[in-house]
Amino acid sequence: MKSFIPVFKTREPQNKSEVFIPSRRDFLKLGSLATGGFLLGVNFQCSGPKGELLTFAPNVYLSIDSDNLVTIIAHRSEMGTGIRTSLPQIVADELGADWNKVKIVQAEGDEEKYGNQNTDGSFSVRMFYEPMRKAGATAKHMLVAAAAEKWGVPASECTTENGQVIHAGSNKKIDFGDLIEKVKDAPIPAPESVTLKDPSTFTLIGKDVAIYDNKAIATGKAVFGADVDLPNMKIAVVRRSPVVGAKVISYKDEKTLAIPGVSQVVKIDGAGIPPGLDKPLEGLAVIADNTWAAIKGADALEIEWDLGPNQSYNSEIQLEEMLASTAKDGKIRRTRGNFKTALQGAAKVIERTYAAPFYAHSTIEPPAAIADYKGDGTVEIWAPTQHPQWARQAVAAALDIDYQQVKMNVTLLGGGFGRKSKPDFVVEAALLSKAAKSPVRVQWTRQCDLNHDFYHSLSAQRIKATIDKDGKISGWNHHTVFPAIGATGNADEVHPSDGELGLGCTDFPYNVPHIQIETHESKAHTRIGWLRSVSNIHHSFAINCMMDELAEARGVDPVQQALEYLGEDRNITFTEEMPGGKYENYGEPIDAFPWNTGRMKRVIERVAKEAGWGNALPEGQSLGFASQKSFLTYVACIVKVQKDTNGKISIPEVHYAVDCGVAVNTDRIRSQFEGGAQFATSLVMTSAITFENGKVKQNNFDTYQIIRMPQSPKKIHVHIVESQEKPTGVGEPPVPPYIPALCNAMYKLTGERIFKLPFGA
Amino acid sequence: MAIFNLNINGKSMQVDVDPATPVLWVLRDHLDLVGTKYGCGVAACGACTIHLDGNAVRSCVMPVSSVGGSKITTIEGLSENGDHPVQKAWLEHDVPQCGYCQAGQIMSASALLSNNPNPSEEDIDNAMNGNICRCGTYLRIKAAVKTAAQNL
Repeated sequence: MKSFIPVFKTREPQNKSEVFIPSRRDFLKLGSLATGGFLLGVNFQCSGPKGELLTFAPNVYLSIDSDNLVTIIAHRSEMGTGIRTSLPQIVADELGADWNKVKIVQAEGDEEKYGNQNTDGSFSVRMFYEPMRKAGATAKHMLVAAAAEKWGVPASECTTENGQVIHAGSNKKIDFGDLIEKVKDAPIPAPESVTLKDPSTFTLIGKDVAIYDNKAIATGKAVFGADVDLPNMKIAVVRRSPVVGAKVISYKDEKTLAIPGVSQVVKIDGAGIPPGLDKPLEGLAVIADNTWAAIKGADALEIEWDLGPNQSYNSEIQLEEMLASTAKDGKIRRTRGNFKTALQGAAKVIERTYAAPFYAHSTIEPPAAIADYKGDGTVEIWAPTQHPQWARQAVAAALDIDYQQVKMNVTLLGGGFGRKSKPDFVVEAALLSKAAKSPVRVQWTRQCDLNHDFYHSLSAQRIKATIDKDGKISGWNHHTVFPAIGATGNADEVHPSDGELGLGCTDFPYNVPHIQIETHESKAHTRIGWLRSVSNIHHSFAINCMMDELAEARGVDPVQQALEYLGEDRNITFTEEMPGGKYENYGEPIDAFPWNTGRMKRVIERVAKEAGWGNALPEGQSLGFASQKSFLTYVACIVKVQKDTNGKISIPEVHYAVDCGVAVNTDRIRSQFEGGAQFATSLVMTSAITFENGKVKQNNFDTYQIIRMPQSPKKIHVHIVESQEKPTGVGEPPVPPYIPALCNAMYKLTGERIFKLPFGA
Repeated sequence: MAIFNLNINGKSMQVDVDPATPVLWVLRDHLDLVGTKYGCGVAACGACTIHLDGNAVRSCVMPVSSVGGSKITTIEGLSENGDHPVQKAWLEHDVPQCGYCQAGQIMSASALLSNNPNPSEEDIDNAMNGNICRCGTYLRIKAAVKTAAQNL
């Protein structure tokens, strides 16, 4: 696997229409190639005698049965964003389905059939809004045509509603199910030729729609990765290299094998250094009849490791070195004007450093996957994966088979945040099933999860900003250094990529005449990955904290300052100021998804108004502001903090304003922001991964702390800007602006600026 | 290995396991009751919360040998049709995001309300402090607990 950030490796646009709306012929062709269960319960015995269930399947995302059941395929992974509901909601709206009669079925991993399934980078709605509308509208078009013909009325006078075609003039109505025989073999119109709904007539898009799995979750019936059970399945727990790059020299497994239920110890060969984004770490797997025996067996292993070059690694020392490096000249990544000119003319220079730690994803469901390697060289997998196609490819590479031989069933994910994009745990299951000659569930313990994650990178930054004699911000020199994600696959990558810098650093949007952005070298001594909003986490922290400090130094209001320096409403670009580089714009063309200062200003104005910015506050309370566009979504945030008479800090209130274009599921947008604020509170106040002698020091939630209910913000208000712009995602955008907004509020409360995360509470 | 007779969700069940096996793994691996989740193994996250004689306990650190004749209730046995007031309130407030922690949250909340039908804000904070939600649904959990308290 190349060392890219899959966030940006999104699609090949030239294949878009073919991939997104395959014809029924393709669907059936694929279906006929498949083995049992491939079609996910959709019945294709359409031509049977009268009375038999008939099915109309105009595209891969949708089928309608003659008993009126509408089945919509969810082809993106559900990890808590609500996408398994939101995309089907779009199909159902355009179709005019009765939402209560919609069944949602999870697709297996098959990108040739369903298009992109890499659920990452907040792009599911952005990428699939139009295709899902067309999928629903195509079926509607055919149903309407069939009903109109039956009634002898013009199709233009008919519409659909609640699972029926309706002719308003004659008050005629017919269930979809009664039209299936007529439409099931009718020619399918080209997706471009069908008429989409006028947005004012949407019945589901733009509404609060409860997630499809609510009841299953509340009754314990929802199926997550580790819940899948197969006959004769064994359980594996793995002791992995305590230091990345460590190799097993020798081991004793007598005590392990003496534990009742333990059947086997299997060595997994690691990639060494670099460890790779899609490969398992070196380790010894204990295979047992039950999880408890496997856990005890893994504990009982005596392993002698060659710890390798990372055994002296200490993350605090690296952080100090990285901070020191930011004082030197770096590699120029963006330049406007001449920062030296700004320095020479400066009335005041403010120079600050910012540090943030490694963070673990700590999804509440630790990684787990089930594999059933069959004698014929095929393997069937059940996994909570964000990226089923990558998992298929990684499994195929590890087993030396074709990826078509890997059947990938996707379960619900107990949280993802980027961790479950990486297929290492899925590959482990496949290798162990082959070795055990039986189905195997690999079960990560919490210690495994915290010790062997793909961490959000340790970071150091220095921002030097100048204020000229007129009190204007004249210069901005931002140094950023952090081990790159790419280094996990290629040890020679010692600078952050353009993609990582485009997450809140090189896309600095303010009208400052002299800008210089530099990066410095750093090496990865562990596995680096992407965590919810990626390098926006540390970049937004530094930039927005410095902007707040500049406003104070200039004697202006930080909200007014942001509006002033965004300037007049217009689209801005960055690539031309990036020597040899490119602004990635989250994988989208900048003309299709421009960076518009006006949209950012509107969310800033909205949040200031809603939060009562500028109003007097009671003693012991303060507000902090920040704004950050990320993943093409515009967000501004105001956090209120409070110190009670005992000195205890709390967060009574948070306001967000968001412009994500067309809002599809308003309740899930709010829930992502509510959760994002809480996720970010942990990043700011409680969580950090540190390394000593190459090993992670945090083993469980006692030391890697996640905020709990008492520390949670008490109220979170989410103000969604009404918009007809193209929809953009909301999974990641809540996190970046919240971090500095909380820090800026803390400064107002305590008088102390925050330069290092987490600051503790 | 040893044989244990357990009372789970009103039924008597028998398992033959290592006496040190935590109840969590007895439920999940031996009795196919997988609604109870593994999260940390050290009683630090609450995903494995069940009721033991009506009190919320962390099943990941409770050896099966310590259960004796106590009655175990899991998420599968909290109500016949998924209509316990806490479960109904969870739907009303659309609480879950990923959903993995929610069985444990619901078991903690229902135990709280059976012992304290009128909990204060602080009571709710204290009772739910042991349950981590990484997605951050705490505000909706709290709102749902209050709704459930009204509908008990």
